[in-house]
Amino acid sequence: MIRTAIVADVIDVTALIREVTSEATGATTLFLGTVRDVNDGRAVTGIEYTAYAGMASDELQRIAEEAQAQFQGIHVAVEHRIGTLGLTDVSVAIAVAHARRAQAMDASRFIIEELKRRVPIWKCEHYVDGHRHWIDPTASHTSVVSA
Amino acid sequence: MTQLQVLLFASYAEAFGASSVTVSVDEPATTADLVGALRVLPGGSVLPETPLVAIDRRFARGIVPVHPDQELALIPPVAGG
Repeated sequence: MIRTAIVADVIDVTALIREVTSEATGATTLFLGTVRDVNDGRAVTGIEYTAYAGMASDELQRIAEEAQAQFQGIHVAVEHRIGTLGLTDVSVAIAVAHARRAQAMDASRFIIEELKRRVPIWKCEHYVDGHRHWIDPTASHTSVVSA
Repeated sequence: MTQLQVLLFASYAEAFGASSVTVSVDEPATTADLVGALRVLPGGSVLPETPLVAIDRRFARGIVPVHPDQELALIPPVAGG
């Protein structure tokens, strides 16, 4: 099974695990991306996630389908949250189950790496000093600065 | 000339001050023509040399034709996760 979604509400990680796990799956992985308190030495108060919703949904689904083709027999549930998130909030959750652990772990790694490379989602970090930055992973510094 | 509407997001939307813009380009138009028309608009200087373009919700590879009936979007560097 595959289920992917871009969501605005809190991600229920327990529900994701339940979705992918069955009597036939001996290994389940759960990857969580969470908002951390420091980035590039600056104290972060939260992150605003925005997306090109239609394309992000399509691209996330394509990635999960590619994972299933590459790691046959996996069950996958992925949710990426958008909106304003606070410290420790879960921004992305990837649950993968398989009969064997190697496929589950490799597929989870594949999905998060492809997600970060391809899914049109952006994050604007908010800092303690009141400034905010759009994060640009392709640059050595962030792209927009404003108060 | 033809009119092309382009969706903008995140830092690009802030730079242009809009979530979409419409530009006029000569026909037949390509992604390069589209980016060139955007670059001369106020805010267009933030665009990198070859910004990512999406056509009908898929990334365009290289310079390809574009049409008014397509869903066109300019994609800032993605940062999900």
